[in-house]
Amino acid sequence: MLEIKDIEHLAKLARIELSDAEKKSLLNEIEPILGYVAQLKEVTSVVGEGKVAGEHRNVTREDGPVTASETYTEAIVENFPEKEKNYLKVKKILS
Amino acid sequence: MIDLKNLTVKKAHDALAKGEYSAVELTQAYLDEIQKKDKDIHAYLAVYDNALIQAKFADKVIAEVRKAKKDFPLLMGIPVAVKDNILVKGQIASSASKILENYKAAYDATVIEKLQRENGAVLIGRTNMDEFAMGGSTENSAYGPTKNPHDISRVSGGSSGGSAAAVASNEALIALGSDTGGSIRQPASFCGIVGLKPTYGAVSRYGVMAMGSSLDQIGPFGKTVTDAEILFNAIKGQDKMDSTSLPDAKTEKIPAGKKFTIGVPRDFLTMGGLDADVMANFEASLKKLKDLGHTIVEVKLPNLKYSLAVYYVIVPAEVSSNMARFDGMRYGKRVPGKNGIEEYFLSREAGLGREVKRRIVIGTYVLSSGYYDAYYNKANIVREIIKNDYKKAFEKVDVIATPTAPNVAFTLGEKVSDPLAMYLEDIFTVPVNLAGVPAISVPSGVKKIGGKDLPIGLQFIANHSREDTLFAVGKSFLGEKE
Repeated sequence: MLEIKDIEHLAKLARIELSDAEKKSLLNEIEPILGYVAQLKEVTSVVGEGKVAGEHRNVTREDGPVTASETYTEAIVENFPEKEKNYLKVKKILS
Repeated sequence: MIDLKNLTVKKAHDALAKGEYSAVELTQAYLDEIQKKDKDIHAYLAVYDNALIQAKFADKVIAEVRKAKKDFPLLMGIPVAVKDNILVKGQIASSASKILENYKAAYDATVIEKLQRENGAVLIGRTNMDEFAMGGSTENSAYGPTKNPHDISRVSGGSSGGSAAAVASNEALIALGSDTGGSIRQPASFCGIVGLKPTYGAVSRYGVMAMGSSLDQIGPFGKTVTDAEILFNAIKGQDKMDSTSLPDAKTEKIPAGKKFTIGVPRDFLTMGGLDADVMANFEASLKKLKDLGHTIVEVKLPNLKYSLAVYYVIVPAEVSSNMARFDGMRYGKRVPGKNGIEEYFLSREAGLGREVKRRIVIGTYVLSSGYYDAYYNKANIVREIIKNDYKKAFEKVDVIATPTAPNVAFTLGEKVSDPLAMYLEDIFTVPVNLAGVPAISVPSGVKKIGGKDLPIGLQFIANHSREDTLFAVGKSFLGEKE
C-alpha cells in the first residue's frame, strides 16, 4: 500500500511540486492502476526471458558536427525563457 | 463551391491539374469551413499564418508543371492538418500543454520536410490533442477538448482527436496524427474516418515529441483508405535522424481482387467491456468480408489479455524519462523560484497537466530501485510473449480483425475522473503497438443514440511492414476502387 509520504518521495525524485489535494488524488488514482498492472506477476511463461529491454539497440554515427555552426542558434535562443545576449540565464542551483 | 464532403486527394489533384480551381481556392475553402465550424468542434489549436502563402507557392509550381505537360505529386497543394506534437519550423508546437504554450519549433520534423519539400502539400494548422498525447479523448488538452463532429456532446477520441475531427468535419482533407496505444485508430473510429498506425519504424519519428518512444508512430488520417495510403506513402521511409526507422519493405504488389485469410481472436474479444451493438456490428462486418470472398478463421492470441498491464508499466516508465526535459530551463514556461532547483519543481507543477503528472509519478515508481524487476523488466518479458502470439498467428492468417474500440464515443466528462476506465478503452489497440505491427481502422457502421449516428470502427492488423495488405483489405471492405 502506498502512502502520502511515498507520493511525496516520488514527486521529489520526479522534480514536481504537488499540492496536498493533488497528492491525495494521485494516491487514490495510482493505487488501482498499480493493482491492475500487478496481474503481470501471474505470467510465468519463459518465452521473453533474457530480452528484458526489447530488441532495439543503439545505432551510432560518427561523433562530429552534422550541421553548420549557428544553423539553429537564433531559433533556440528565441525560445530561452530568460537570456542575456545569446546566453541562457538560469538561477544558481544551490541557494 | 468545392464539394469538400465528397472530396478525396485524387479528385482534388485532378481538379488542380485541370485548373478547375487553384490550391489557394482549395485552401481558402477549408479555412472558411474552419471559420464556420471550429468554434463548436475545436479541432484546431491554431491555423498556420502562412497556409495561403504555401498554397500560392503550390499554384506557382503547378502552373509551371502544367505548362511543361508533366505530372506533379498527388499531395501538391493539398491541405493537411498537423497534430500539435509534430514540429513545423517557426510555428508553435505545444503538444496541447501549458509548458510549451509559446514554444516555437527550431526545425521541421522529417514528415513535415517530406510533405512540404518533396510533395508541396499545404500545412493548414495544428490540431488539438491530449497533452503530450497522453489520453484517449482530448479531454487532457490544456486548451479544452475537441468535440465529436457527429455529436458535440461526445468526445472525438484521442489522443489525436483534433486531427480526426478536422478530417471528419471537412476542416482538412487529410491529417497527421501519432499513435502510441491507439491514438490514431480510436479517434478515427469515433469520428467515422480511416486512420493508420504504421509498423514501428516505417515512418521517421524525428521531430515528433516523444511520449512512449518504443511505441510511438506518426500516421495518416483520411476519409478513404486510398487517401490514408497516399499520405502514408509520402511520409514513410528510413531516416538517418531516427535510428529506429526501417528501410522500405520490399514486397510484391498485391494483385487486385486478392482474397485474404482473416483471423478473429474470439477469446480476446469476450474479455468484457465490449458493447453489444459494437459486437453485432463486428459480426456483420465479418459476414460482409466472407461475402466478399475472404476466409474467416479463428486465431488464438492467449497473452493479449496482459497487454494493458504491460502498456501501463512501459508507457509511464518511458514518459517519466521523456518528460524530464520539460523543466522550464531552456524553453517553455519558467516559474520563478528562489533557486534553480525550485524553478524545476514550480515550472513542472504549473506547466504539466494531471495525466502527465500521474504518468510521471507511476513511471518513477516502476523504475525505482526494488520495483524495477517486478514491473519494468517483467513488462518487457510479457511484451515479448505478446509479440510471439502475433508471430504465430501470422503464420496462418494475412490479417487479424477486431473492433477498434469496445464502445462508440463516450460523452464529455464521462471517464475523466476514472483513469483506469479510460485506459480500458484502449484494449483492442494497445497490443498492436506492443508488437510494433501495423493496423488500420475503417468505418464499419453506426450506433444510434438519441437520434445521433455514432460511428463504429473495424480494425485490421497485419504483420510487420504489411501496410499494403491493410490497404487492400480495407479497400475491399469499403468497396473502394483501386
